[in-house]
Amino acid sequence: MTAWAWVLVACAAAYVVKLLGYLVPDDLLDHPVVVRVSGLLPVALLAALVAVQTVAGPHGTVVLDARLAGVAVAVVALLVRAPFLVVITLAAAAAAGLRALGWAA
Amino acid sequence: MITEAGDSSNRPVRRQSLAVGVATGLYGISFGALAVAAGLTLWQTVALSVLMFTGGSQFAYVGVIGAGGGGPAAVGAATLLGARNGVYGLQLAGALRPRGWRRLVAAHLTIDESTAVSVAQRGRAHQRLGFWLTGSAVFVFWNVMTAAGALLGDRLGDPSRYGLDAMAAAAFLALLWPRLTRREPQVVAVGAAVVAVVCVPVVPAGLPVLVAAVVALAVAAVDRRPTRPEESEPVRHVEDPS
Repeated sequence: MTAWAWVLVACAAAYVVKLLGYLVPDDLLDHPVVVRVSGLLPVALLAALVAVQTVAGPHGTVVLDARLAGVAVAVVALLVRAPFLVVITLAAAAAAGLRALGWAA
Repeated sequence: MITEAGDSSNRPVRRQSLAVGVATGLYGISFGALAVAAGLTLWQTVALSVLMFTGGSQFAYVGVIGAGGGGPAAVGAATLLGARNGVYGLQLAGALRPRGWRRLVAAHLTIDESTAVSVAQRGRAHQRLGFWLTGSAVFVFWNVMTAAGALLGDRLGDPSRYGLDAMAAAAFLALLWPRLTRREPQVVAVGAAVVAVVCVPVVPAGLPVLVAAVVALAVAAVDRRPTRPEESEPVRHVEDPS
């Protein structure tokens, strides 16, 4: 197959995976066990995304770099109830600053 | 279409959606530059961002191609990385209840960021707004920046120089933060984060988040009491937006 065909096959596969969750019938979504799990799932997904986005490096490595400092600054900002935009801007500034100074990768 | 546009309680959701959209979208530059360097044409690169539209899978696809791998290996790696989107869809289907063509569009916009902003909101209206706004914002910025990256190559620089990788992590954390007021979500959050990090070296990229979701299953299995109303709305059929 041509390069184009493989690109389109990969795109179709990605879409089918995304669509699968939406094809589950409402009856099942309303089941108490599903409701119970989906009440907890957001916290698990968000926490996992935070962890992966903070320390995952290329090729399955765990890397402690300027991202961790950025997230630490975000924690402090959240503790003093800073608004969302302030929290994420401070995190980016901290990471960018450390990298500019050459103090962290 | 989803809630009244003038509702001031929507403002934080809109702000979060746009901020996440911009921060994530800028990484499209990296993707565009990398894809062209890996040997894809400009239009193949653009097609991946428009049609595949799930960053991790796109990076995996061009990574395999760039390393000399074949089409089937690239498709396999990309699909494996996108598997978590299926779980996101399951979660979002319960909250959004999209119908007809909206369901098909919602599926396409189902990615880390739109899911994260949506599930962080309280109430159906805000969950929907967060999903659609974030999904649309990321879609626009991601595709524009992909084209820019493909055309300009690396001249725009690495987004991590501006701390955008830390910004994305902080955004997920800020979305998680308000939910950590009680013991149970705290336990789930710490458990999921630890499981995800432990999984990073062991399973292919993209899967640690999926494995961490099992922590939610485990806690639900140990403690079957229904989730308290303040953290999850009762599931009900709300007005059909169509």
